[in-house]
Amino acid sequence: MAKVLLEMKSITKTFPGVKALDNVNLQVEEGEIHALVGENGAGKSTLMNVLSGIYPYGTYEGDIVYDGEVCEFHKIKDSEKKGIVIIHQELALIPYMTIGENMFLGNEQGSKWCIDWNKTYAEADKYLAMVGLTDSSKTLIKDIGTGKQQLVEIAKALAKNARLLILDEPTSSLNETDSRALLDLMKKLQKEQGMTMIIISHKLNEVSYVADKITVVRDGSTIETMDAKTEEISEARIIKGMVGREITDRFPKRHDVPIGDVMMQVKHWTVFHPEFAERKVVDDVSINVRSGEVVGIYGLMGAGRTELAMSIFGRSYGIGISGTLELKGKNVVLRSPKQAIEAGIAYVTEDRKGNGLVLSNSIKTNTTLANLKAISNATFIDKDKEYLVAEEYREKLKTKTPSVEQLVGNLSGGNQQKVLLAKWMFANPDVLILDEPTRGIDVGAKYEIYCIINDLAKAGKSVIMISSELPEVIGMSDRIYIMNQARIVGEMKASDATQENIMACIVKSGSEA
Amino acid sequence: MSGSSVKNFLRKYMMLIAMVVVVIVFYLITGGKSLLPQNINNVISQNAYVFVLGTGMLLCILTGGNIDLSVGSVVCLAGGVGAILMEKHVPWPVAVIAMLVMGLLVGIWHGFWIAFVKVPPFIATLVGMLAFRGLANVIMQGYAYQVEDKAFLNIFGGGDSCYIPDFLAKVGPASSLNKTCMVFAILVALGYAVFTFINRSRLIKKGYKVDSMVAVIIKTVLIVAVVIWLGYKLANYKGIPTVLIWIALILGVFAYITSKTTLGRNLYAVGGNEKATRLSGINTKWVMFSAYTLMGVLAGFAGILNIARLMGSQPTYGLGYEMDAIAACFIGGASAYGGTGTIGGVIIGAALCGIINQGMVIANTPPNYQTVVKGLVLLVAVLFDVIMQMRRKGAQKTKEGAEKGGAKA
Repeated sequence: MAKVLLEMKSITKTFPGVKALDNVNLQVEEGEIHALVGENGAGKSTLMNVLSGIYPYGTYEGDIVYDGEVCEFHKIKDSEKKGIVIIHQELALIPYMTIGENMFLGNEQGSKWCIDWNKTYAEADKYLAMVGLTDSSKTLIKDIGTGKQQLVEIAKALAKNARLLILDEPTSSLNETDSRALLDLMKKLQKEQGMTMIIISHKLNEVSYVADKITVVRDGSTIETMDAKTEEISEARIIKGMVGREITDRFPKRHDVPIGDVMMQVKHWTVFHPEFAERKVVDDVSINVRSGEVVGIYGLMGAGRTELAMSIFGRSYGIGISGTLELKGKNVVLRSPKQAIEAGIAYVTEDRKGNGLVLSNSIKTNTTLANLKAISNATFIDKDKEYLVAEEYREKLKTKTPSVEQLVGNLSGGNQQKVLLAKWMFANPDVLILDEPTRGIDVGAKYEIYCIINDLAKAGKSVIMISSELPEVIGMSDRIYIMNQARIVGEMKASDATQENIMACIVKSGSEA
Repeated sequence: MSGSSVKNFLRKYMMLIAMVVVVIVFYLITGGKSLLPQNINNVISQNAYVFVLGTGMLLCILTGGNIDLSVGSVVCLAGGVGAILMEKHVPWPVAVIAMLVMGLLVGIWHGFWIAFVKVPPFIATLVGMLAFRGLANVIMQGYAYQVEDKAFLNIFGGGDSCYIPDFLAKVGPASSLNKTCMVFAILVALGYAVFTFINRSRLIKKGYKVDSMVAVIIKTVLIVAVVIWLGYKLANYKGIPTVLIWIALILGVFAYITSKTTLGRNLYAVGGNEKATRLSGINTKWVMFSAYTLMGVLAGFAGILNIARLMGSQPTYGLGYEMDAIAACFIGGASAYGGTGTIGGVIIGAALCGIINQGMVIANTPPNYQTVVKGLVLLVAVLFDVIMQMRRKGAQKTKEGAEKGGAKA
């Protein structure tokens, strides 16, 4: 047996109210590629943040034993000194600097007072060759594609004398060819340099291709570690580990909600990426939703769910949008969010702080922002009416706040989500598209949000719920669409859906592609 | 009062308290000269343009900390147009309209580039600053023009008799006081008090939360006292300067627009979160466009006040006015990141600047040091905002970290 390079022992990390990691144990041997898999929110990234010192020593319990000694990392620099380098999901490169400058940012070559550019670029070229990149190190980052940028990130890590390389979702923004090249590079580094690597990924086919060992993380705990040497690891085997969770009655029941006519129908919807115009982010998608129905769209991050929703919502995302949209049987063309709202569509964003709320404004003004017309005469706002509306929704949604004059920025995540919902309910739409409506909020608030969704369905609204939590999708929906890599790859009734067959749907489509 | 409510009080009225302190300090330094009636009158008329431009600047800053660097040049250009027209004996109302239209056109010009073509505001208005200054020089050909139309001067605050005439001089006992001014001040004060209490009982009836009675009474008494005191001081000089009426009118109209209309609401929303506002179905481009257009009109109006007060126009007028307006907004608590700020803040910011300027002049501070002090005052005021932001973010970060860690992973 090879030497154990890293051992994380009984790591527990609590945030106020949430136990993100609960007694996690992880063993990584020198020279292996170790994969961490698990659903969104399982705790993978938190674990890596603990390892790299982003959450400093002392804020968690347990020990990190690296290269035979117990480590106390207080900041990222500490772990980098030991050769632990993390490559984050979002690339951390500066577009208007050259590859070489980026690689040695914070680690400049030459003396303290004078950067030795010749050395910088010579060194950079050396590492670029190592990762198989032929571009000159004087090329600007913005001029190379994301695939190559990811390689630059790895070269940058190598330049820091990495012994343990952590890649967090390295292929999430790459296409098939680039992904494969990256995985092959990982294998090459392992073979030629004996590099130890930890890869976090959602793409199970990639994981089983590249990894020597796979550790499954679920609900903040490590469930099991599979060894490719001793057993054949099929994707089905990984899925079983990932989702083996019981669905209890975490979801309120909807009783006797009649499902009516088709409210909205989208046909052959295709959307291209606004920056990389050749990339399809939504590919020939056709979906429909009836009144009184809750339709779930399940997919992993990056499957194109948000892009689909936002492009339907008045083309607020993407370019080159084609396809037809019917509302109540009539063809409509919606060119702006304003038109979409007027036509009766609401999009409740997944990014409530970035795209949803004006944090510096009060609950009251946020509630009415999407429908100011209803509380004003011509252009003059009727403040009494506005106050009453805000109060009404505060009561209806049980938003916990001392007053509706409170700034939204001061509320907790769950209450912010309720304000966001209130805003769109007040806009009085027929179709509500809820994008990850329960992300980042606690269990109690989740239950309340589910109740609100049920009430909406009962009132005859059509609800589309986008979610990457399987139990939630199965527990809340009448019907489920499964989305993967920009396409709808399956549709099933909630009564037929199980976590396994949904995941299997995704795996199947992934291997076809 | 508990600790946190004292802190809240301080935060809310920080600049007001600062203003009172500054007034007292200058009163002591100048041996009481700074509060002589004539000096108070001068603070108002000399700084009229700051109030007007500050109002417009606030609209721009609200949309996301965007500023308009061109206003000084626009004041000069609009004023130049008006002065030339009046020298050619065009009736003054026509000249006034021409100046406002000039401002409007400039505003539309900026609004177009900034809102629809997405030229960064700093650059678009820097272009305006250079180009309109140049244009002013072109039309004035480098000469100075005089404005002699008495009616125009009286109405817009220039010359010796730009005050509301004392209609009530003959009424009651003879006195050197301007009785119209005194009566007017008392009426305004009373009106404010009555309105406050009627409004409060209306709010209570509708079940709103209101401030405690004691707080309301203290606030009202203070405001009433200040208004009557100001009226008394002005009455001791020549009465109400006409320019004060204009300032009050503009501030009133824009206080209403910012707080009670959808346009005002949209300005705050765009500055607070442009993306969320757009996704709420609001045409954010029009909001930006409106802000800069209104700024243009107000700059035109400041041009009117400027040539009236200086009784003429020169190609160098309006230099540095943009900086005064920007400073007034920031001192008055507008956030450099947009989304927060009020007309009330602009009033305080502009008044504070004016008082400090005048106080330093009366106290014979060397002019070079005066600018240094002005700069430092701005720094201190903005520091306050930045520190507040930092504290709030610090508090939020711990909360956010908890959420994020639990959610993402």
